[in-house]
Amino acid sequence: MANVDQDDLMADAILSRKENPGVVSLMLNNRAIFWGSSLLFVFVMVAILAPLFTADPVSINPINRLKPPSAATLFGTDFLGRDIFARTLYGARISLVVGIAVAIIAISIGLVLGLVAGYVRVLDAVIMRTMDGLMSIPAILLAIALISLSGATLGTVIVAIVIPEVPRVVRLVRAVVLTVREEPYVEAAIAAGTKLPLILSRHILPNTIAPLIVQATYVCASAMLTESILGFLGAGIPPEIPSWGNIMSEGRTYFQISPWIIFFPGIALALTVLAVNIVGDGLRDTLDPRIARKM
Amino acid sequence: MSDTVLEIKGLTVRLPEGADREFAIEDVSLTVGKGEIVCIVGESGSGKSVTAFTVMGLIPKKDLVPVAGQILLQGDDLLKKSDRQMRKLRGEKMAMVFQEPMTALNPVVKVGDQIGELLEIHTNMSRAARKTRVIEVMKDVSLPDPEKMYNSFPHQLSGGQRQRIMIAMALALEPGLLIADEPTTALDVTTQAEVLELIKDIQRRHGMGVMFITHDFGVVADIATRVIVMQHGKVVEQGTRDQILTDPQHPYTKMLIGSVPSLTPPDRPEPKAAEVALEAHKLNKVYGTSGFFSKGRVVHAAQDVELVVHRGETLGVVGESGSGKSTVARCIVRLIDPTGGDITINGANIATMTEREMRPYRQQIQIVFQDPYRSLNPRRTVGQSIVEGPMNFGLGAAEAQVRAEDLMRIVGLAPEALDRFPHQFSGGQRQRVCIARALAMEPKVLIADEAVSALDVSVQAQVLRLLHDVRERYDLAMLFITHDLRVAAQICDRIMVMQHGVVVEQGRTADVYANPNHPYTKSLLAAAPGRDMDFARLA
Repeated sequence: MANVDQDDLMADAILSRKENPGVVSLMLNNRAIFWGSSLLFVFVMVAILAPLFTADPVSINPINRLKPPSAATLFGTDFLGRDIFARTLYGARISLVVGIAVAIIAISIGLVLGLVAGYVRVLDAVIMRTMDGLMSIPAILLAIALISLSGATLGTVIVAIVIPEVPRVVRLVRAVVLTVREEPYVEAAIAAGTKLPLILSRHILPNTIAPLIVQATYVCASAMLTESILGFLGAGIPPEIPSWGNIMSEGRTYFQISPWIIFFPGIALALTVLAVNIVGDGLRDTLDPRIARKM
Repeated sequence: MSDTVLEIKGLTVRLPEGADREFAIEDVSLTVGKGEIVCIVGESGSGKSVTAFTVMGLIPKKDLVPVAGQILLQGDDLLKKSDRQMRKLRGEKMAMVFQEPMTALNPVVKVGDQIGELLEIHTNMSRAARKTRVIEVMKDVSLPDPEKMYNSFPHQLSGGQRQRIMIAMALALEPGLLIADEPTTALDVTTQAEVLELIKDIQRRHGMGVMFITHDFGVVADIATRVIVMQHGKVVEQGTRDQILTDPQHPYTKMLIGSVPSLTPPDRPEPKAAEVALEAHKLNKVYGTSGFFSKGRVVHAAQDVELVVHRGETLGVVGESGSGKSTVARCIVRLIDPTGGDITINGANIATMTEREMRPYRQQIQIVFQDPYRSLNPRRTVGQSIVEGPMNFGLGAAEAQVRAEDLMRIVGLAPEALDRFPHQFSGGQRQRVCIARALAMEPKVLIADEAVSALDVSVQAQVLRLLHDVRERYDLAMLFITHDLRVAAQICDRIMVMQHGVVVEQGRTADVYANPNHPYTKSLLAAAPGRDMDFARLA
């Protein structure tokens, strides 16, 4: 050891110049994220700007009932003569609002519960058994029950979809917390006298962000689908507000003579869910360092 | 040259673009003769494993491309073989033993069948003949009761037994070349000694050529016929075992061998009477209690442990895995709650304190962990990591910054590096940062839990020197936990030997090493690889 002198120390001390590419540039380089979010952007813009280039989605015109797609009515009309194009565009608002709201609410609740369950051992069993209980309730049935109890409003629909999504988020967060809490840097923070809230927010929370963003996209996609299913079953948003689900529901009876009533909102729903899922896959690949390194 | 089993000529393997150098290995030439154990030594990143994997044809072809040279296995160029031909050669003509015996074995297949699989693929033996042969090779590697063990699953065997199974697998088809990639690194020192003995014995009996990859010069001293030293993908020196170990020519070899701590403790002055910084009395930790549903298994990880550390003194805790040495450390830092006993710091018993009561004492006792890659939060700059503790105890941001800069200088890093992230540092540098973080709290007691075990030997020597220096500078009481008797010999004033949670021997380092009393201490010292070689001394 006598031959290790200060020069050797400094040689080891020369810092490497490794830099990680930023998250943003990684995302721009990922084709899935690029195409998925471009498609989503188009849908969002269409939903926002719908009034600029469509007719009133609820105005009834009995003379033009069940007209096939034409230059005047791009997607045709339904059994009350309402313009399907306008209704589909306005329906995007409901789908996107439900998808995004459910994702944000479910992730927020799930994050808090998951952090607590993962870190505070005493509460773990209580929270997780409750979540197991929630998971055993069929989502659609719960939604129908809630809506029949408190009326079909946008809020009720969102709450009804959030409840069964929360346990999935809790499980995910808890799993991450359980792994990270054993990391030596967390133990070092405990040894340094860092208080619990700071340990959670500073050392543990950041590790959950990447998986949560990915989970959020899946929650969002599945919420949009559930909303449409509820609408289709007649248990969703009230029929006076167009949503993709209830447009299709109303078109069901006329499917054989005027299939466009179901076709166009169906395509819109499929594309939106696809776009969200593609973004989710892209984010998973980018944010998971093990996969990202291979790209 | 009919005795040459393997000859590598001018082998160069290119790394993918964006790596820190162009070639993983460059112009490597070496031979392995019949009846020879050739050790390839080098630190991490030296290309020793790439060499082995290239011979076996196991390198990922997309990333690592052999661009020049030849690999002649008994005269046959392996680089010209198709995948199909290589599959046939692997097992029949050459075989490999890996580092981690748990992950190299399939956990859901009986070990006997795993050995038999080789025979099934490469021979036309009947099922019964295969079983007979498997039991024969299992006997050959001295596994107890092979008939019974044939039907065991890997998790039912100990680490040493699993590594024997791996070796049996490699031997099943009697290949001419055995490649062993750090086969004993994951094993305890006594098991390591047994496995090394086994490899030597088998090599003698079967007359095969062995290419043995290791980073440990102790192992080299024990096993090698010839030694090849690699650095940054190049062979810097090769020669016989005695040439390399006693008369190294290349400065890198000299530095490496000079960094290996000697097993002989240096002369130390009689310890001055200093105040007691840390004391543990009847410390117990029991894991697992019978639960409501299960009968439960109780493990005494630490049993009636007594220890005293004075200021300015280093107490070493040595033992094999599962001896309870880390449990003791984690109880003292109160990362886990002791089941019973007292831990006294500054006259206060912290063993039973609540987290709230414990908080003021956290400052006085700090810990440095083994794995430098996991002990720093990857999302926070090293500066943030260093100032976190002091700022928890009310130090202002500006003062904390000044303290962090001073500490960076003390641990031999540039203060400008405070705003960098951990991934921009090497393993040794990160360990320095961890030491700075611990020192930032101005502790009285510093616990080093295998703090140098994950480091290359040259870096290890530097970090040991640093720990020694900071102990002097701050008059720290240090609890040094290690499985490495060489490291312990050099840095510890006193030694405590643990086995199965019990302290079996305690005393001044020089006394324990010279006259071990307990049979376990004796066996540990006897098993230390390369115990007959006198490597450089630390202090």
